[in-house]
Amino acid sequence: MKSLSNKPYLALSVFALVLVVLPWTGISAFWLSLFYLILYWSVLTLSWNIFSGYCGYFSFGHGAFFGIGIYTVAYMCGQRDFEFMPMLFLAGLIAGLAGVLLGAIVFRVKRVRGELFALLTLAVTFIISTIVLNTPIDGGPGVYLNSVQIPRLTPNVPGSFYAMMLALCIFTLIISKYISDSKLGAALFAIHDDEDAAEVMGVPTFRTKLIALFISACLAGVAGAVHAVFVSYVTANEVFSINVPLFVVLMSILGGARHWAGPAVGAVFITALQYVFTLGDHALMGKMALGFILILVILFKPEGFMGRIAHLRSKRSAKRIGELYGVGLKDPEIDKPTHFHVAHQHAHQNGHDVQHLSQSPPISTQRPEVLLKAVDLCMSFSGLKVLQNLSLEIHRGEILGLLGPNGSGKSTFINVVSGHYRANSGQLLFNASDLTLLKAHFVAQRGISRTYQIPRPFANLTVLENTRLVAAYARGVSLSMATPLAIEALEKVGLASKLDLLPSELNLHQRKFLEFARALSAKPKLLMLDEVLSGLTPSEIQSAINLILSIKAQGTTILFVEHVMSAVMALVDRVAVINHGQLLAIGNPQVVMRNPEVIKAYLGVKPQHA
Amino acid sequence: MPSLHLIIQSAVSGLLLGGLYGLIGLGLGLSWGFLGQINLAHFAFVFLCAYLNYQLSTSFSMNPWWALLILPPIFFVIGASINALIRRFKMTPFNSMLLTFGLTVIIDALIQWIWTADFRKLDYPMSEAKWEFFGIYLPYAESVGFILSVASATIVYLVMNKTDIGKAIRAAAQDPQIATAYGINQKLLSMCLSGTCTALAAVAGICMSAIFTLNPSQLYSWIGVVFAVVMLGGLGSAFGPILAGMLIGVSESITMVFFAPSWAPIVSFTLLIGLLLLRPDKI
Repeated sequence: MKSLSNKPYLALSVFALVLVVLPWTGISAFWLSLFYLILYWSVLTLSWNIFSGYCGYFSFGHGAFFGIGIYTVAYMCGQRDFEFMPMLFLAGLIAGLAGVLLGAIVFRVKRVRGELFALLTLAVTFIISTIVLNTPIDGGPGVYLNSVQIPRLTPNVPGSFYAMMLALCIFTLIISKYISDSKLGAALFAIHDDEDAAEVMGVPTFRTKLIALFISACLAGVAGAVHAVFVSYVTANEVFSINVPLFVVLMSILGGARHWAGPAVGAVFITALQYVFTLGDHALMGKMALGFILILVILFKPEGFMGRIAHLRSKRSAKRIGELYGVGLKDPEIDKPTHFHVAHQHAHQNGHDVQHLSQSPPISTQRPEVLLKAVDLCMSFSGLKVLQNLSLEIHRGEILGLLGPNGSGKSTFINVVSGHYRANSGQLLFNASDLTLLKAHFVAQRGISRTYQIPRPFANLTVLENTRLVAAYARGVSLSMATPLAIEALEKVGLASKLDLLPSELNLHQRKFLEFARALSAKPKLLMLDEVLSGLTPSEIQSAINLILSIKAQGTTILFVEHVMSAVMALVDRVAVINHGQLLAIGNPQVVMRNPEVIKAYLGVKPQHA
Repeated sequence: MPSLHLIIQSAVSGLLLGGLYGLIGLGLGLSWGFLGQINLAHFAFVFLCAYLNYQLSTSFSMNPWWALLILPPIFFVIGASINALIRRFKMTPFNSMLLTFGLTVIIDALIQWIWTADFRKLDYPMSEAKWEFFGIYLPYAESVGFILSVASATIVYLVMNKTDIGKAIRAAAQDPQIATAYGINQKLLSMCLSGTCTALAAVAGICMSAIFTLNPSQLYSWIGVVFAVVMLGGLGSAFGPILAGMLIGVSESITMVFFAPSWAPIVSFTLLIGLLLLRPDKI
């Protein structure tokens, strides 16, 4: 593990050391300024990437945060004669708070994603620009900063700017790497791939986005503060021009937004390229070249220079963890009945529940304990009533089959319980506590997991990362503590040997089993399975049934939505049939399926004709 | 307190200018709403066409409105080819936006290269003409531009709602695969629609060259306002952008009268963010 990763870090450290001593080598101010610019663009791009690159909300508003940093210093130091260094921190703080404010407004609206978010953030830049231009902060003529004293870190002034930006750049790189390997980073990548699924699986998406945006805006603000003094004369039109968002997006995409150092690679490349063109007095040609490069990259290499490296990196790390936990690299036959010894171990841990189960026959004569209670749930989509006064109880330890024709409200019920939709009226009680108004990630943390009918894995995360993320957030533990939970769940469904693969490298039934593994890794009290069997072959169905039985044996309660009747009859303790969002019948499967109402709902014939 | 006369005059100017906002937003919104392609290059095309018309009209000293017969067909072809490119590479809406961003940068550099960063004003016999009604002036060029905007919106509305082609386009936008299964040539329709959007950009460009003094740096300043217009007016709507454009145009010019011209840019975004906060489902 160490021998693998030491070499590049050693090279990096030597490189960083060379950069640090550069100002003392007698290098000309000209070169120092060029290097300063490269570092400056690296900081801006890296900081943009921490929010926008990682979680996929492309912001064109980075110029606004950067501009706030610039104008904090311009106003406080240029017009008010405050000390420079404290203002550096103030600039970062104000920019960060502006980011949080923007996020708090915009993220409340679910529809503001992707392109809408990008345009809105662009609009914010214009607003801030207009305010700065029309108030004493600037007032129109621009602000001179020649008299601002900066700390003398090196023999000459350009060296001091260079040193400050270098320190900031190294700091930003460390943060960028730290976040990309952290639990927060995992959540950001999950939001990038499928935000709704991430929320349902326990990721507090709103908070995660705000934290990332705060860090991103802070760093941009500090970079702006240093740059204000570097350029020594700032005007609103220059500061808030389209250049910052344009270049930052371009550099990040070119370098590879998923790799922690990718944006810096892009920044070095583009800044150097621009410089060559400007030097030869072909600035317009340089601009055109930039446009062409952007188009070519989007067409042929949308993941950027470092995109592949980022994927390889996470695959390697998954493999390493697999080896660490002694996961066999040979593919076990997942079609065979699953590992009962695992189930057995758990039977001991959860002895209490299992005992209760084994004593009670499927239809208990004792009063069963209610785990989830839905009371009078109503839900409608623009007038269409999908759930109408649906009341339902799920007993602890049972498998309840939920049946009904297509469009009867089964999936909506799961979506309401998991917190993805909020019911218009009615109440949901889980373990006697109220779930009705909880956000989806709280519901997941309370112990309710679900699978999706069409698997929704996070497409750019490995099998291990997919599972570990869910375990970490649903259980509220660190990534490293979630790893054994994830491995255990993957072993249970037979995917442990594939933990370094991406979801696109799995077939349909493996992806369905990945859904299972993610739900299991959260060790839920209630597991909601939404048509897990559809599209599987008979032998795959058999292995899935075995898996479900072993999950039940651990004491997990299961809500089972399915159309494959043989499986339903083999598995469930009770069934509930709903139609048009109303409960038709609930109870013993044999009895319910002979209920005339149920037959009518499925076959559409009147009972007397049947 | 400014005089009532001044306020009415500003409102009328804002209304006429808003028509142009709407005309630019019309093409942008159609392609966004029906094709899922956010064509940032739309603005670049408007400016490119304005400069081309400037060149045509000064070189051959012809009336700028004659270009309506020449330039839109050319831009139709350009738009259709870009659509083909985007389809060929199966691009997400976001990547299509980045692609056209790259295109914008190239066209912007091209304009600066050919026509330099100097200000250019088209001079033709009617360029300073205006009509007067009860002391309120209606400038000739702005009025023609406004009429063209309303006419374009009307034609788009009629085609989209009253013809089979329009129905086919709307069907294809909702579900391309099913539409194709029912015999709609979605590929061709999508190319035609893209071409139409760019042709509308050309019409807007011709209006712009007839009304304004041109400068490449203004290219980006239109982006914010027009996107606000599109989002307020509704994606793919025919009259929505024109109405939203008029609303923003009038609000802007009233702001200019009561405060200062430099405050004007904030109006459209305040309207937009207000709408976002109060009626999020309307966007």
